Amino acid sequence: MNQEYNFAYLDEQTKRMIRRAILKGLAIPGYQVPFASREMPMPYGWGTGGVQVSASVLTPEDTMKVIDQGADDTTNAVSIRKFFEKTAGVATSEETAKADVIQTRHRIPEEDLREDQILVYQVPIPEPLRFLEPRETETRKMHALEEYGLMHVKLYEDISKNGAISTSYAYPVKVEGRYVMDPSPIPKFDNPKLEMAAIQLFGAGREQRIYALPPYTKVVSLDFEDYPFEASKADHACDLCGSETSYLDEVIMDDAGGRMFVCSDTDFCHSRRAAGHVGAQGVPFEEDAA
Amino acid sequence: MTPLFQVKNLTKFYGNRIGCKNVSFDLYPGEVMGIVGESGSGKSTLLNCLAGHLAPDAGEVLFDTRADGMRDTVTMSEPERRMLGRTDWAFVHQHARDGLRMGVSAGGNVGERLMAVGARHYGDIRHKAIDWLGRVEINAERIDDRPSAFSGGMQQRLQIARNLVTGPRLVFMDEPTGGLDVSVQARLLDLLRGLVREMGLSAIIVTHDLAVVRLLADRLMVMKDGHVVETGLTDQVLDDPQHGYTQLLVSSVLQV
Repeated sequence: MNQEYNFAYLDEQTKRMIRRAILKGLAIPGYQVPFASREMPMPYGWGTGGVQVSASVLTPEDTMKVIDQGADDTTNAVSIRKFFEKTAGVATSEETAKADVIQTRHRIPEEDLREDQILVYQVPIPEPLRFLEPRETETRKMHALEEYGLMHVKLYEDISKNGAISTSYAYPVKVEGRYVMDPSPIPKFDNPKLEMAAIQLFGAGREQRIYALPPYTKVVSLDFEDYPFEASKADHACDLCGSETSYLDEVIMDDAGGRMFVCSDTDFCHSRRAAGHVGAQGVPFEEDAA
Repeated sequence: MTPLFQVKNLTKFYGNRIGCKNVSFDLYPGEVMGIVGESGSGKSTLLNCLAGHLAPDAGEVLFDTRADGMRDTVTMSEPERRMLGRTDWAFVHQHARDGLRMGVSAGGNVGERLMAVGARHYGDIRHKAIDWLGRVEINAERIDDRPSAFSGGMQQRLQIARNLVTGPRLVFMDEPTGGLDVSVQARLLDLLRGLVREMGLSAIIVTHDLAVVRLLADRLMVMKDGHVVETGLTDQVLDDPQHGYTQLLVSSVLQV
């Protein structure tokens, strides 16, 4: 651990300020709490909000896991994991079950989370009404007065254009029958998992907002009576581990139409293969390791 | 018969300047009132105060609500006022662009008020939107087109459909025919007159076009420098103007 930094990079007063925002967010589920976001040593859009929230909830004994689109080994995940290894000296793991704090970009892990875990989301645009109503003063008023008709106008437009609700990520939800919330750009496949045992914290660094879902909060995806919400995924099984229930990434293999579908959650896929599951294009785990 | 809408001593200042001062009137169900006057006479200020878009400095704006009878809309809470604004009230802007969502299809524009009051059935919303497009003479095939692909007259008719879809009882109109050419104006006026009579709407129409009030309004209020200078039945005021300014206004109309 590099002693030139305070634990987890941020100074204690900043962490205190962020914790207050987090507590307020937990007290009012789905409400966007403004906070004084700091400059972080990475560009906006790389998860500055999530990093600040993670830094504020980490303790030296914690084990941390960072995922980017479900994967532990992509640039964003690796650099943020290294950031906390260097500035906080915490243990890191790729295993969902071993982690106390999981910072995620655009996915919820396949494995069910527990009550003693915290899931931190990186949020690009926290305001679900933003692309319908550009004025911040107006969207705040709409949240305050619970005027959410406009959100359905977006879904209406989807159906009238495409014959179905085509919004497939950042699918708006209503929290505890009150606030409409953007669950960050997770695929709508993950929406039903938002009602979980772990604490969920959402940090938007550039937009300077924090919001939260306490454990077991009621989260309902918006829809129409005649066009109900559907958690969709590619109609395929994972080609590596054979899972038929996990969310899949489509990987183009060559320029002759070759493709494979693989679990977007790399840890989930890895542990299934270790347990002996083999998909259509996969090889047994032991041979792969050798 | 009790009035639907009552205004008492409404006053609005912009700093030291008068927006409108001591305006009082009653509006009865099914009645259409015109407000005329030159630019800067306080017509739009008055209308915005009445519709709750501006906070007046003094006076009362009473509306006969369905639930609790006469209520002062100036002192009622903001959620209640905004609720009125999308149920029993409607506001037709001079520029259709101010009243429409230009990035949303015609059907979405008409459906917005329905969804805002809790409609959650796509088929029903769409059916109603098609019905209303027909009533304002827009072809049902255009339902998925954006208003930006519509002509000025169509945009204005779409704005009217969007406002009337929830069956309001009081409509505020700010120069509804402004910026349209005369043949389109005539068609729009015809349509408005039909809808107002058919739905038994009350309406307050602000305009500087005397032909519009002659056609639509039962009563007329003439404003000058923020004050009401003359009121009366439309034909009476236009044919036998008493106040000097009204005489000037009536005699200024160009004859073809």
